Amino acid sequence: MSAVVEAPPSPRVPARRKVLAKARSNPTTLAGAIICLLILAAAILAPWIAPHDPAEQDIMSRLAPPGGAYPLGTDQFGRDILSRLLWGARISLTVSLGAIALACVIGGAIGMVSGYIGGRFDLFVMQVMDVLLSFPSLILGLIVVALLGPDLANLVVAIALTAIAPFARIARAPTLALKERAFVEAGRALGFSHLRIVFRHILPNILPEVMVMASLWMATAVRVEASLSFIGLGVKPPTPTWGGMTRDGFENILDSPWLAVFPGLAILLLVLGLNLVGDGLRDATDPKLRNE
Amino acid sequence: MIWFVAKRLLAAVPTLVAVLTVVFIIVRIVPGDPALVILGDQATAEATEALRARLGTDRPMLVQYWSFVTNALTGDFGSSLVTGRPIIEEVGAVLPHTIDLTLASMVLGVVVGVPVGIWAALRRNGAVDIAARLLSLLGLSFPVFVSGIYLLLLFGLHWRLFPVIGNADLSDFGDRLHKVVLPAVALGLTMAAYITRVTRSAMLHSLGEDYIRTARAKGVPWRRVVWVHGLRNASLPVVTVVGLYVGILIGNSVLTEIVFNRPGLGKIIVGALNQRDYTMLQGLMVIYCFLIVVVNLVTDLLYGVMDPRVKQA
Repeated sequence: MSAVVEAPPSPRVPARRKVLAKARSNPTTLAGAIICLLILAAAILAPWIAPHDPAEQDIMSRLAPPGGAYPLGTDQFGRDILSRLLWGARISLTVSLGAIALACVIGGAIGMVSGYIGGRFDLFVMQVMDVLLSFPSLILGLIVVALLGPDLANLVVAIALTAIAPFARIARAPTLALKERAFVEAGRALGFSHLRIVFRHILPNILPEVMVMASLWMATAVRVEASLSFIGLGVKPPTPTWGGMTRDGFENILDSPWLAVFPGLAILLLVLGLNLVGDGLRDATDPKLRNE
Repeated sequence: MIWFVAKRLLAAVPTLVAVLTVVFIIVRIVPGDPALVILGDQATAEATEALRARLGTDRPMLVQYWSFVTNALTGDFGSSLVTGRPIIEEVGAVLPHTIDLTLASMVLGVVVGVPVGIWAALRRNGAVDIAARLLSLLGLSFPVFVSGIYLLLLFGLHWRLFPVIGNADLSDFGDRLHKVVLPAVALGLTMAAYITRVTRSAMLHSLGEDYIRTARAKGVPWRRVVWVHGLRNASLPVVTVVGLYVGILIGNSVLTEIVFNRPGLGKIIVGALNQRDYTMLQGLMVIYCFLIVVVNLVTDLLYGVMDPRVKQA
């Protein structure tokens, strides 16, 4: 390393603001953000805005078509689809947020530490991550949930496991470059501990990339959770989950198609919203696209 | 070329062993004795002991590991706990259905995704480009079981154009094709969306290069510049993502097979889950990973074919 004085690792807050402003100026990103916020609001406000109790069974109006007292119809037990959708948003969001947060922390830590230590250790860790990457995420999630048993915490763990490797990779690459920079060297010369250097000086610099990755992976997590519930490995009934509702609807598809259509649409909307946001954020942070 | 192939083949062996190791660890890491989990708390000590012996879990860890890896590498993945038949046989019987589906949706993804991606790149920021970007994002957002159900409702139940049950007669090609259309569209939708995006960005990159200007300057017709000079150089990233995406495709085929009630690996896996057939699950996980390692190998070899520079490296 030369002794040339480097620019400080750029004042972060303004840069972040610029990225957000750029993302906000993009109409599709904005649309995605609105979709996500609406669904988040629905999930939080479910107890107050749901017209019915999601578990309440109205045997007299089983499989009622949309309209009247049940805006989106009822399922095979006479439960209100709209209320169940609102409550189901909670499961989708909790599981995917939990899983991505977990994957982000564990994967990010693995990537940073591995990149920072370097050498054979780094090679070994990345080899393990590559192997983890070679499992189809749905199959891996499916088997882990099957082995651990389907409940909320295990779903979070299983989905997180499928996302750790990509986070490790995304965190490692910039760490490799950053650890050669003068400000890290200076930290070392000042006698800072490795932990302090990694978490106080490297972490803030790789955070934007990891966050963009997280927003894109949220979409995947929602999809995997819905898929697992559809297969029957989601949070156990009677808790409403979108994937589980789609499954129930699918079993009655011949006479009551709306049962499968509405929950499917809910999943699609949430995944689309997350993808739009993630895409916009990536475009806004990608240095190759920034100057266009 | 032979050297190149041999080198890549050899390089795949450590990956396979690593994959097997991870599968072994994942299955063993789960708390509890599998024999007890399968038989339940009420089982007698003799029955549990017998099952442990059958599963091989009474042997030391290292012995288990060694026999697991060596057996798997020679194609022996054990037998199903439920039917007692070798896993490889059970899988082999339905594999053609899954391969039909995966291949058909891959072809669909390439046939739709590559031209649309090129078109979007050529009309950068124009209406086509924006439409392609939005539609591909929509396509990426469809969970395959949702698109499957929607297609089934429209084309299977409403218009009755395609059968709703996909149990095709393997000896009848027309039947196979007819029954694979709807599931392949459902599964290929995401693939097409993905390929569109990658082709677009790879083409944009490639069209900005100097050799494109050179080709134009020496009077090569524009069509040829795009399809030959541009696409050939853009094809490596496209092949890469197709290869990477096959893993997701194989995973998603499970859902497609459930929705369209097709025989295949997906049905086996769900059956094994319901019956707690642990050896089957372990075997399936290995087979899935083997498939993916093979696909990666093929992708690697394709690089060598498509870009002579790769072979020398």
